[in-house]
Parts: sequence; structure tokens; C-alpha cells
Amino acid sequence: MARKLVVIGAGMASGRMLEHLTETAPEAFDITLLNAEARGNYNRIMLSPVLAGDKTYDQIVTHDDAWYAARSIACRFGAPVTRIDRAAKTVISGGQTTPYDKLVIATGSAPFIIPVPGRELPGVVSFRDLDDVGTMQAAAARGGAAVVIGGGLLGLEAAAALAAQGMQVSVIHLMGHLMERQLDPAAGYLLQKELEGRGITIHCRGATKAILGADRAEAVLLEDGTIYPADLVVMAVGIRPETRLAVDAHLEVERGIVVSDQMVTSDPDILAVGECTEHQGQLFGLVAPLYDQAQVAAQVLLAEPAAFRRRQTATKLKVTGCDLFSAGDFADGEGREEIVFRDPARGIYKRLVLQGDRLIGAVMYGDTADGNWFFGLMKESADLSDMRETLIFGPAFQGGAPADPMAAVAALPDDAEICGCNGVNKGRIMAAIQGGAGTLEAVRACTKASGSCGTCSGLVEQLMAATLGEAFAAPAARPICGCTELTHEDVRRLIKARALKSMPAVMQELGWKTSCGCHVCRPALNFYLLADWPLDYRDDPQSRLVNERNHANIQKDGTYSVMPRMWGGMTNPEELRAIADAAEKFGAAVKVTGGQRIDLLGIAKADLPEIWADLNAAGMVSGHAYSKGLRTVKTCVGSDWCRFGTQDSTGLGITLEKRLWGAWTPHKVKLGVSGCPRNCAEATCKDIGVVCVDSGYQIGVGGAAGMDVKQTERLVDVASEQEAIDWIVAFVQLYREHGKYLDRPYKWVAKVGLGWVQEVLADDRRRAELVARFDLSQTIYQKDPWAARTDAATRRAWSPLADLTREAAE
Amino acid sequence: MTWIDIGALDDIPARGARVVKTAQGCVAVFRTQDDRVFALDDRCPHKGGQLSEGLVHGHRVTCPLHNWVFDLETGQAQGADEGQVATFAARIEGGRIWLDAARLLRRGAA
Ligand code: SRM
Ligand SMILES: Cc1cc2nc3c(=O)[nH]c(=O)nc-3n(C[C@H](O)[C@H](O)[C@H](O)COP(=O)(O)OP(=O)(O)OC[C@H]3O[C@@H](n4cnc5c(N)ncnc54)[C@H](O)[C@@H]3O)c2cc1C
Ligand code: SF4
Ligand code: FES
Repeated sequence: MARKLVVIGAGMASGRMLEHLTETAPEAFDITLLNAEARGNYNRIMLSPVLAGDKTYDQIVTHDDAWYAARSIACRFGAPVTRIDRAAKTVISGGQTTPYDKLVIATGSAPFIIPVPGRELPGVVSFRDLDDVGTMQAAAARGGAAVVIGGGLLGLEAAAALAAQGMQVSVIHLMGHLMERQLDPAAGYLLQKELEGRGITIHCRGATKAILGADRAEAVLLEDGTIYPADLVVMAVGIRPETRLAVDAHLEVERGIVVSDQMVTSDPDILAVGECTEHQGQLFGLVAPLYDQAQVAAQVLLAEPAAFRRRQTATKLKVTGCDLFSAGDFADGEGREEIVFRDPARGIYKRLVLQGDRLIGAVMYGDTADGNWFFGLMKESADLSDMRETLIFGPAFQGGAPADPMAAVAALPDDAEICGCNGVNKGRIMAAIQGGAGTLEAVRACTKASGSCGTCSGLVEQLMAATLGEAFAAPAARPICGCTELTHEDVRRLIKARALKSMPAVMQELGWKTSCGCHVCRPALNFYLLADWPLDYRDDPQSRLVNERNHANIQKDGTYSVMPRMWGGMTNPEELRAIADAAEKFGAAVKVTGGQRIDLLGIAKADLPEIWADLNAAGMVSGHAYSKGLRTVKTCVGSDWCRFGTQDSTGLGITLEKRLWGAWTPHKVKLGVSGCPRNCAEATCKDIGVVCVDSGYQIGVGGAAGMDVKQTERLVDVASEQEAIDWIVAFVQLYREHGKYLDRPYKWVAKVGLGWVQEVLADDRRRAELVARFDLSQTIYQKDPWAARTDAATRRAWSPLADLTREAAE
Repeated sequence: MTWIDIGALDDIPARGARVVKTAQGCVAVFRTQDDRVFALDDRCPHKGGQLSEGLVHGHRVTCPLHNWVFDLETGQAQGADEGQVATFAARIEGGRIWLDAARLLRRGAA
């Protein structure tokens, strides 16, 4: 007969233990699961996204009724266990007695409530389980003010979520800076700035004296006399292991229930796992080591040899837009050295702490892409003497021979850990991929990798790219050209990271092998520099290829074509007359282009300034038919004329063209705006295409109709024209900031993933920042190049230096 | 040699070129990053591209039409491409550029 196993607490640790147990030996135990909460196991970590409204409870349930039923696990939820009778080997809950052969205590921890007057008032909550989330959501629905006591991980996740729900939020933190256990003051400062930017008030060095209110919480009073009004008070000052049952049962308890390496308590028939435990004097607060405990406990119950070893943990904050990473020990100290990198403009801060030649701590804010790599170096205790100089720039810049991220993941050993939360190593993920898991979701389903906090999703995707090759279209790392070993991506990163603001600076600092580059790298560098430093960098015409340098398209016979803008494809008699006059005067061929405008072909270079002046006089500006920048915005007649038109597609096209023209981009950008799904402006094969519908605007991106033909993918649907414009401007700016030179948007989107683009742009704040950066750049670059080049100096420069034909004749 | 003053060094941007018209066709006069000047026929042996519109790097120029690269000192095509462009002597004196036009004028007179 199977032995009886009773488990107290259906939390993250016990859930994982039951999985291991029932997978390995489904018949070994008759299991009873008892939980104080009125529900079974769910992913507690994800309560923050639930509070923020980004996820629903259903989405975070890890084990549902069917799961328990399939394993014949008897469940009693909603009734706390009140007593363990070790002599009788029973537990008592809700008046019922349940006998056990083996008992597992997995009661987690309880929020710490600071003993101030008023702490019992209604409206004061902690942040631990779904019921707390419900209380907070109900309060948020009523609006008003919330005070969060505690500026640690939990408190800040709650604060951000409540602010996102529209509450006026203040955070009271006892220490000098936020998350002081995970962050140093500099990173804490950046985090504070970020949160303040969202309208959250941060009060550091604030000690709570009392919670005020007659019959419910109304305000929080601090020792310094400050009063914050509060309809809701969230206490998130810390947790303490939930040990009451163990204490009453006279098990050995220090701060937590003392367990051996086998997770066994002082009673050999009672094990404990999770945050309620204390192992070698240490407590727990993150889930990764608890999953290891769960595995060990399952093995020990099955009489297999196993021992728990503590591992290092890394922290990330699950607040969209707050990119921080912290791991290890980053305090200053004797014999420790630090490497610091700051980019004030972009709000990036990175600090590495070394002891001897080993990395022992890392704190990063703003750009955490390399976090896992540093964490790996820490766990391996790798000797870093060779890469000290460049260490802070991450794996892509080691020893001047950059490895691409694909090669880096490919090179990881099979036992390298990819998902820290679930302890999934590379080997298991590879096996899943080779076994047919072709999407992130599939890999998650069969390995659990990226299933908890989700921050390793990118790494898993890289692994998939490395394994599936073509199917994932992983680009090989190719240097820009023979002048350097670096790839476009590396150079873009380093230009930003090291604040390189001129061509000589780039070539000097990044070790260019030639004195002044070549026709491949110079145009790319010129673009990167002007896109990243619009205010500091001065465009270099000599680093542009002929068309962009001369602001016209060179033809096979050395003449040029001239193409004025026709905003959204609209023109008028005056413009047409001026075009006709110019064509006559300069002997041009006239062609209607594929982009809804008129091309004047066969103009001599020396005549360009004059024809520009003529066209300028009629109110026309350069059509940039030659630039890596905005080309045309094709439109259809839309609601102005067409019986099917749903919105003013022509007007939107013109607005977009007027906003975007003149901005340099990695490659050319073409737009189309159609007034209805009949799509007469061919919007669905443009770099950016808008299809108007009754309910608003469908924005697609990444179309192509040149060397490749591709339909756009839906970026977003929005209701108003203003939103459509904001999304499109932000998309263009994101492309400008991240695209590789000469990648059209469809190639760039394929590399970074539409999902990432959507995630960034969906963040209201980041979208607004992108728009602001674009507009800033436009203050410099949105100038008609023709108007600037009709003067005498340009006319001279566009003409021969000397004419020796007469000398020759003499 | 027939040295002719064709203009000021500053009339040509560094890493740029200007054209001198002659009866025999155009000559491209290049100014490099290190302020040296070179003069070559302004015709690419490939398909006649104007080298004066090319991108200048080191002592080389890349043709604007199909990216052949030529050495400014010898006029020799680089890499896998084969071809040569005629070169002319040029020097800088007192901030002015002097071109040896002997061959150009001779060709013109012939
Ligand atoms: C003038 C025009 C053809 C016409 O007579 O209609 C034209 C002319 C040239 N196109 Fe185009 N393209 C023209 C519309 C297109 C279109 C159709 C469109 O825009 O709706 C396409 C396909 C859509 C697209 O862009 O994906 C198109 C795809 C290309 C490509 C392939 C781009 C790609 O990423 O696959 C190139 C080559 C390149 O840019 O590297 C190109 C390059 C060129 C260049 C600039 C070649 C060059 O570098 O000299 C041509 C200049 C000819 C000249 O002597 O002036 N042209 N070209 C059209 C100008 C439209 C305008 O008003 O600005
Ligand atoms: C909002 C939030 C965000 C978090 N974010 C992260 C993160 O990003 N990364 C990370 O690693 N960790 C995070 N954590 C911490 C993580 O959730 C915990 O480490 C983990 O849940 C602990 O697991 P556990 O099984 O020990 O306890 P729990 O998951 O808390 O489960 C314990 C269960 O036991 C029940 N119980 C208690 N006493 C009794 C009793 N007497 N009888 C019956 N049942 C009882 C409780 O009701 C509870 O359901 C977060 C926690 C919260 C609250
Ligand atoms: S398709 Fe475009 S690039 Fe090709 S010949 Fe016609 S205009 Fe020139
Ligand atoms: S004409 Fe010069 S490379 Fe073709």
C-alpha cells in the first residue's frame, strides 16, 4: 500500500516538489495537499503583472483541478493547518485530522507588518497573495491615493502597478536609496528618477510613525512630520518565514525551520521546503533556490541520494521599462576593484565589482542585456585577467574579436543554466528544440524555461535561433568591411556606450585598420553618428555616396534626376506649371514615377542649383528620391472622394510625410496610406503601411516590394489619427536607433522580432520618448537641402574647378 | 611639363574631388585626407562613371556607379577588377593646385 504524504501549503516550492514526485513515482504516495489560501498552486511571482492588469489570474495558475485529479491528489484549500501532532503523526485543519507517514511543511513566509498604530485599520494591506491583489485592485478602481511602505522589490512592483492603474502613489522607504539590498546608490538614483517620471512620489529615509484614520486608513504619518493622504496603504517592508506550526510542534526553528541538506527537519519524517526554511543559517526570498529544494525533497522522499546546495541568485525588477539587474556582492571593500560605466543621457549605469581577477558582483541599470553573461562569469568564478579592460562592454566586445550573441550561446556548455528560476540548462532546451519544439511557447511547455519571471525568453530564443538556423534566420557576425573586425551591431553599441561622437573618435577608439575608412563603412558611420548624436555630430558630406552628397540621383551618363516632393501624391496647377517650365528650361525628360510623383531626368550637375531654385520658388522642396530617409508616402483619395473611404487617408499621408521628411534612416523608408481595405495605395507592401477602417487605423510594418516581396505585419490597431502618427514616428525612431545600415525595416524587424518592437512601442512612456528624440533630431535635419544649396558658393562647388578647354584650343 | 594653376586647395574638400574640363574630357582632381592632390581621367574604365563623384578614402577612390576601387597614385583598379585610369602630375604650391597639363594640351593640339 502507498504511504501517506501530507503537504502543508500549496505554494511555488511545494508545487514544484509535487511535479517531480508524481513524474518520477506516480504510485509511491497517497498525497493530501492542504492550503490556507482558497486555491491551489499558482505563480506567485506574477502577482505584480496581475495587479498591473497585464495578466489575469487564470494565466498564472500553474496547477489546476484537473492536474490534481489526474494524480489523485486529495486537496483541501481554504483551511489553514492549525496543529501538527508528531506523536500521532497527524495534522489538524478545519476540524479534520489527516494522518501522515511523511509530512512536508511548505508554508512560505508571511509579510512583516511594522508595529505602528493604525496597522489594523481597513485599507491597510500586504502584498503576498491573490486576496491582497483583489483588495488593492478594488481600491485602485475607486482611484485616490496609495502609500506603499517599503521601497524594495515587492513595494516597487506594487507601486508601479498601482500607478499604472491610475492611483496617486507615494513610496516611503526607510533607507537612503531604493532597493538598497540589490542596488547601489547610483542605480537606486536612476530607478528613483524613472519612477518619479511616472508620477510616483519617492520618500527615502522616511520612517513610518503611524497610520492615521478613524475607521479606515486615511493617511500615513512619518517621524519627520510629513503626512501623505492614503486611501490604501500597502505594507511591503519584508517577509518572515511562516514557522508557527513548526514552533508549536517543537521542531528546531531559528529564524526559519532548520533543515539539513536533505531538506529534513529535526524530525526525520518531516521535511520542509520553501521560504519557511533556514538552511545553514540562511533564509530565502527568491524562487530559484526553492526549486532546487523542491527537487531535493522529492528525491529524498523517494529515498534517492540528493543534497541541496545554495546557489547565487540574480534579481530583476518586473516593472515594464525599469531595466535593472543585480547579482552577487557589490559593496566596496578592501581588495575590491570596481569598473563603472555611465551614460547620463541615456540613463545607463553599470558597475562591476572584482576581487582579484574574479567578478563578484554586478549592478546594471538601463541596459541589462549582458546581465546573464556577467552572472555566468560570477557563478563560474572565471579568471578575467584577459578581458578586464573591455569587460564592461559585455560579451560582444572581448579582446577586439567580437563574438556575436549566437556564437556565444552556441558555445555555452550543455549544463549552462539558461532559466535561473526553473534551473533549466541548455542541454534540456536543446533536447526540446530537437524534439520538435519550434516556438518559445513550445519550449516553455516542455522544459519550463522562461515560464516563471520570463526574463530569459531572449536567451531561449537565441538558443532556438542557434539550433534551428535558417528557420530562425540567425545572422552570422560579419564585420562591416575590411577596415574593422567589428560588426555593425557592435559599432552601434560602442558608439553609444563610449559616447563616440565623431568619425575620428570612432576610428581611433575602435581601432580602425585604415586611415579614413572606405566606401562601405563611412556612410554607415556617418549615419550612426548623426542618428545617435544629433546635437553633437556634424554631417559629413564626404562620407556620403554620390546621390546623397549631390542631393540628386546620378544617371548612367553622369547627368542627374530631380524629383520634388508631392505631399501624399497631391499636386496642383501651379506646381505642375513650374515643373513644366523647369523641364523646358533644362531640357529634362519627364516621367511619372512609381511613387506618385514626377521625375525630371537628364539634368547636368552644374544646373542643379538653378533648377532647385526654380522649383523652390514654386513652393516645392526636395523629394529625397536619393536618400536613405523618407521617400514617398503613397495615398489614395480616401474619404475625401471615394465612396468606400473610411478615413482621410490623403490627409494622414500628407501629415506623415510632413512630419517624417528629412530624417535620415538606416535605409530608405516608404509609406502607404489606404482609405479602406481595398488598399489602393498598396499600403500592405510598404515599410510602413496604414489601412484605414471604420474603427480607426491598422498600422502594418516591414513590408517590401523590391528585391524581396513581403506583406506587412500588423504592428497595432489604433482608434485615432494622433495615435497612428505617434506610433509611426516612434517606430521610425526605434528603427533609426537600432537598425543596421542598409537594412530596410523588414530586415530589421525580422532580426529584433516584431514582438519586441511592439513591446517597446506599447509602453506609453517609451513611445513618447522616442517621438521626442525624433523631433529633437528633426530640429537639426528637417531642412530642405535644395533651399540650402541655391547660393553662389554651391553653384561654384557644383561646377568644374577650372575650364582648360580654351587653353587647349590655343 | 606645363604647370597650370587650376585653383586653390581649399576649393576641394578634404576627401573630395573637383573636375577640370579639358577638350579631351574631364580630369578629376582629388584631395585626400592628408592634403595631397592627385589628378586622374574622370572616366571609369568599367562603364564610364565619373570618378570625381566617388568616395575618397586613403589614397583611393571608389567609383560612384558600381564601386570599383582605384589607386589614386597609379590609376590601377584594386582587387579583382582589372583596368587602369590615366594619371596626371599634380602638386600644391602656396595653397594653390598646379596640374601638369602638357599631355592634355598636347593631346588637344594633335
Ligand atoms: C524613379 C523610380 C522608377 C520610376 O521611374 O518609377 C526609381 C528609380 C530608382 N530606384 Fe527604385 N525607383 C522608383 C520606385 C521604386 C519602387 C516602387 C515604389 O516606391 O512604390 C520600388 C519597390 C518598392 C521598394 O522600395 O521596396 C523600388 C525599388 C528599388 C530598389 C530595391 C530596394 C529594396 O530594398 O529591395 C533599389 C535599390 C536600392 O535602393 O538599393 C532602387 C533604386 C533605384 C535607383 C535609385 C537606382 C540607383 O541607385 O540609381 C533608381 C534611380 C534611377 C535614376 O536614374 O534616377 N529602387 N523603386 C521610382 C521613384 C519613386 C519615387 O517617386 O521616389
Ligand atoms: C508579488 C511578489 C513578487 C515576487 N517576485 C519574485 C520574482 O520576481 N522572482 C523571485 O524569484 N521571487 C519573487 N517573489 C518571491 C516568490 O514568490 C517566493 O519566493 C515563493 O513564492 C516562495 O515559495 P513558497 O512555496 O516557499 O511559499 P508560497 O509560494 O508563499 O506558498 C506558501 C503557501 O502556504 C500556505 N500556508 C501558509 N501557512 C499555512 C498553513 N498553516 N496551512 C496551510 N497552508 C498554509 C500559504 O497560504 C501559501 O499559499 C515574489 C513574491 C511576491 C509576493
Ligand atoms: S528597376 Fe529601378 S533600379 Fe532597375 S533599372 Fe528600373 S529604375 Fe533603375
Ligand atoms: S562605371 Fe565605375 S564601377 Fe562601373
